[in-house]
Amino acid sequence: MSKLEKFLRGRFAAALVAVLVGFAISAIVLAAAGYNPIGSFAALFNGAFGKPKYIANVIIKATPILLTGVSVAFAFKTGLFNIGAEGQYILGTTLATIVGVKLNLPMPLQVPIVLCAGILGGAALGAFVGWLKAHFGIHEVITSIMCNWIAFYLCNFVVMSDTFHKPNSTSALQVNGSSYTMILGNWKKSAEGKAFLKGIPWLREILAKTDLNYGFIIAVLVAILISFVLTRTKLGYELRAVGFNRDAARFSGISVERNIVLSMLISGAICGLAGALTITGISPHTITLLAAMESYGFNGLSVAFIAACSPLGCIPASILFASLIYGGMSVQQVMGAPSDIINIMIGTIVFFTALPGVTPMLADMIAKRRKAQEDIRVSKDGTPLPEKEV
Amino acid sequence: MFANLILLIGITLMYSTPLIFGALGGVISERSGVTNIGIEGMMVIGAVAAATTSYFTGNPWIGFLAAGACGALVALLHAVASVSFAADQTVSGVAINMLAPGLALFACRRFFDGAAMSPIAPKLPKILGESGLAGTPFANLNVNVTTVIALLFTAIMWFVLYKTKWGLRVRAVGEHPAAADTLGIDVYKVRYCCVLLSGMLAGFGGASMTIAIIAQFTQTAISGHGFIAMAAVIFGKWTPFGAYGACLLFGFTQALVIMLGGGDFVVPSQILSMLPYAMTIIVLILFVGRSVAPKADGVPYVKGSR
Repeated sequence: MSKLEKFLRGRFAAALVAVLVGFAISAIVLAAAGYNPIGSFAALFNGAFGKPKYIANVIIKATPILLTGVSVAFAFKTGLFNIGAEGQYILGTTLATIVGVKLNLPMPLQVPIVLCAGILGGAALGAFVGWLKAHFGIHEVITSIMCNWIAFYLCNFVVMSDTFHKPNSTSALQVNGSSYTMILGNWKKSAEGKAFLKGIPWLREILAKTDLNYGFIIAVLVAILISFVLTRTKLGYELRAVGFNRDAARFSGISVERNIVLSMLISGAICGLAGALTITGISPHTITLLAAMESYGFNGLSVAFIAACSPLGCIPASILFASLIYGGMSVQQVMGAPSDIINIMIGTIVFFTALPGVTPMLADMIAKRRKAQEDIRVSKDGTPLPEKEV
Repeated sequence: MFANLILLIGITLMYSTPLIFGALGGVISERSGVTNIGIEGMMVIGAVAAATTSYFTGNPWIGFLAAGACGALVALLHAVASVSFAADQTVSGVAINMLAPGLALFACRRFFDGAAMSPIAPKLPKILGESGLAGTPFANLNVNVTTVIALLFTAIMWFVLYKTKWGLRVRAVGEHPAAADTLGIDVYKVRYCCVLLSGMLAGFGGASMTIAIIAQFTQTAISGHGFIAMAAVIFGKWTPFGAYGACLLFGFTQALVIMLGGGDFVVPSQILSMLPYAMTIIVLILFVGRSVAPKADGVPYVKGSR
């Protein structure tokens, strides 16, 4: 087998082809609508990586979608489709805000408690969907989409409630400062910090002009942890067994119902953490009135699929999508092309990751052609066919 | 009291109409064995196509047809992926749900100078004309013409599925594609037809929102309707009239939201808005155990496989 064939049969090739096709189709759509595709992609790239500040913002954007991506990937590995990541994320932000506003403890206590509140919110919603699936056999896709909307309106209810509404605004009250998780958050605003940062412009740009926070580090650790749990522990084995073959798992003494609920609970918890980290990590440190879904959960689906549902693969995938989403905003500013083109691109990429057969099919074609050429060569030389490799 | 009852019926019929189109799309697709989660996305495309075409041509009927055509076009993607390439139908459907709103907004901004909503477009007529029954207590029963079309389509689909040879083939393909194949039925062709029909119906559903209930496309015109329609398919046991009834129930909860929201009740509007979604879950808990999906639903058919 040639190197190219081997590459085409790998998972990376499938992802690469999907991304390339995504770019190609968006280019066609842009050109058809009368915008310059090359210029748009240049604006996209420049908007994502042009300045140290932009790169920091890409990392900030990547944090929630890495976590929701890991959540979806985890659920998928256990045979469940967590399209409810969106709602679990929203409930995470909501509960983190409620606790962060009402509670004001010293930071080492406050931050874990606020994060736990978010995790709890996501986990509860996830477990509910899992319970409906396990005990009533209702497809998790439908219930979790309904739960997305319920979480959506619950969030808006909290924003507008008398206790939490910030007067004359469309948002809730900010969480207390002790819940913040920005890197060197207090130091960078102190006189000493300001004086120090003045000497190092790039560092000043990254720290002082963005909300760079510990979230991404936590998210990467979670990705590693989930990967470990799935592949190296008894729990992960049982969860995957239920995903592969429910009947076989049941026959070998694994409780299918318990594992479905558990899987959705963990998956929801990760999304809840993503929501809580958004509240503690980036301004405005609160929830605002939602007019439409914010798509952190739905982008998590894209991240998971392009990563072929490998939790570790979600790390580069989340950076890719974050740079597309963040850089996409400058496409509108620079080229005037609607930034919705990014959604078209992401949708196309996901669509092509759903077609698992495309790149292996190319490999088959190459193999066939090579074989045909070999046959021709053999017949011309008149020598017998060489022994086939096994 | 009587006037309120009439109003309730009127709003129920109005809000259930887009759901009925979506659910019929779900029924035909799933009966042939293709899960179609992309109904939502196809409805969004139908919604934008209807409003835009109706605005530019001035003829809402052309808008209605354009919505069906555009919905079918998006469904073609799903058909290619799930029938020809044996792709994961859930992933393909989800991809369509991401792609379609992006495409819809992109088109909307392109046509209307960057606005995320279209201008007011000409609407489809009501069954008795604009001022039919006006002044009488029955004014709210002068429903949109789409409401009647939805009922008509439901009856036609019932007839086709259960009383014609083609319907029998569709059901056979959805239950046991291999057996159907051995009898000479082209499984791929049947599935392609059904998925395309499903997209067309979903497109009509979108149109019945943007050029009948409201008169423009907005970002939130279709928000979860496609998914409620899918729930209605399950609740309605994958039959046209079952789905029709389920949609009426969901329309009824929507109507309640509106009626209670305007009344003296002290329920916050955000909590009321949850009602249709919570209702869907409750209804599914109560009924889903008793409904059985087509046997081959969601399973790609690969010719010659066992």
